[in-house]
Amino acid sequence: MKKLLLLSGKGGTGKTTVSAALVRLSQARAIADCDVDAPNLHLVTEQNAGPERFDFFGGDKAEVDGQKCIGCGSCEAHCRFGAITVENGKASVNAYACEGCGVCAFLCPAVAITLAKDLAGKRELYTGGSVFSTATLKMGRGNSGKLVTEVKLAMLKAAPECSLAIIDGSPGIGCPVIASVSGMDLVLAVAEPSGSGINDLKRLVKTAETFQTTLAVCVNKYDVSPEHTAEIENFCRDQGIHFVGRIPFDPMAAKAANEGFSVVDVDCPAGRAVRGIYREVCKILELKQ
Amino acid sequence: MKIGVLSGKGGAGKTFVAVNLAAAAGHAAYIDCDVEEPNGRLFWKPENVNSTPVNTLLPEFDAAKCSGCKKCVQFCRFHALLYIKEKPMVFSEVCHSCGGCLMVCPQGAIREVPKQIGVLEEGRHGDVKLITGVLNPGEASGIPVIRHALKQAEGLTVIDCPPGSACSVMECVMDADYCVLVAEPTAFGFHNFQMVHELAALLQKPCGVVINKQTEPYTPLEDYCREKGLPVLDRIAYDPALGKLLADNEIAAEMLPGYRERFAAIWEKIGGRL
Repeated sequence: MKKLLLLSGKGGTGKTTVSAALVRLSQARAIADCDVDAPNLHLVTEQNAGPERFDFFGGDKAEVDGQKCIGCGSCEAHCRFGAITVENGKASVNAYACEGCGVCAFLCPAVAITLAKDLAGKRELYTGGSVFSTATLKMGRGNSGKLVTEVKLAMLKAAPECSLAIIDGSPGIGCPVIASVSGMDLVLAVAEPSGSGINDLKRLVKTAETFQTTLAVCVNKYDVSPEHTAEIENFCRDQGIHFVGRIPFDPMAAKAANEGFSVVDVDCPAGRAVRGIYREVCKILELKQ
Repeated sequence: MKIGVLSGKGGAGKTFVAVNLAAAAGHAAYIDCDVEEPNGRLFWKPENVNSTPVNTLLPEFDAAKCSGCKKCVQFCRFHALLYIKEKPMVFSEVCHSCGGCLMVCPQGAIREVPKQIGVLEEGRHGDVKLITGVLNPGEASGIPVIRHALKQAEGLTVIDCPPGSACSVMECVMDADYCVLVAEPTAFGFHNFQMVHELAALLQKPCGVVINKQTEPYTPLEDYCREKGLPVLDRIAYDPALGKLLADNEIAAEMLPGYRERFAAIWEKIGGRL
């Protein structure tokens, strides 16, 4: 099975729009949404049965037993994350700041602190038609990289014999992106033709290089700035990165998504452009179309 | 007064709104906390930028003192330490710099050394003080960079947040006095907007909404704002000319007529005195 990951660096360039269209064109049987902070792929992928749900536990959180706490303040003094405050002689934990390192529990002379499991999100697996693995991180929680890895593994484990898996990634270059890149055959970056878009694409390329993944780039809404699009194409040529196509700005793209369709479900300029991108991606991955 | 600008979905217009709010305020601080993709500086084009490294601490072992008891390995809940071939090893990407391994080592064989994970850039654009946190590519967590950047808040401060609604966003708005939620009137935009509103509500922050790139009103978003009593601070229509200006990294409040007044009006609605 070939694994294709969509990334973008900058947010809002059209990762999910392109992902949903590629899912439709390829009839991919294995799909995952790794943007666990802001998942959207479920809004445009058809599922004919409800998902199986699983709890996701991230890092542990410190808990203070108020009966045992003597208010000595040793925990507060040594917490590097500013997660503990002692007030009126009792320590309390800010669960959002706590990273679950266990230093406070180790130091507490009254043995008043324990570390407890923390529900940090939920993961869902649809197996009705194609396999679709997705998750939502709870507000303000960390460990998104761990959840991304679980989403990917769940997809791979449940996936039937098939030639292509499509994985929608998150914006940025940090923890969830790094977790999603491992094991991918191709990363398709959806770039935006703007100063910000180019800057972010370059940072993404640098990050992907660290992990030695094959990269391809397409530009979305290219006609908003043909000059920046040309700059992106030149950059790709200089770096030896596959450039696989340009998608025009097309009001049908948002309209289709709002109705729960993908952009290739309607005959429109953006849809036709994505078909061309799909052909190029298949060539790189040596897939039959 | 500190204003957090957030959106959930990427590309909704956080940086556009944050930069223009600061520009309209004139005398203000702008802090770019989207440390994975900091783009505010492309618009501000600050001169005489002063960069300072942002470091975290990593454990370092004195092999001569280490007795191989592995207490540190057992203590580390992030699995950042391994004992291989009679030697302790650090996996820096997963170390949280909690300092626990030093505390548990009975031999005093561990000390901490700084490791650079990013930089903090400080510059000016007229009367706007600009702070940009930049994470080095390949580093997993930008939180230490965000914490350094937020320490520079001063007077009227606009915080440009990362997308999403995870720990890094929480960190950015923890101390904010007001949250400006930038919403894209689409199904994707609305779904992520609800998530980020949930986060702001959880922290009991007063919120207002800027609807950006509107072609036509998106009814579910309008209904949601009404039901939750969320004030709509502004509706900015999709405008190719504005899109082009932003693609070229220009500041609308300085280049397009009416935008300075428009963003000043937002300040008025949220109670910031200019």
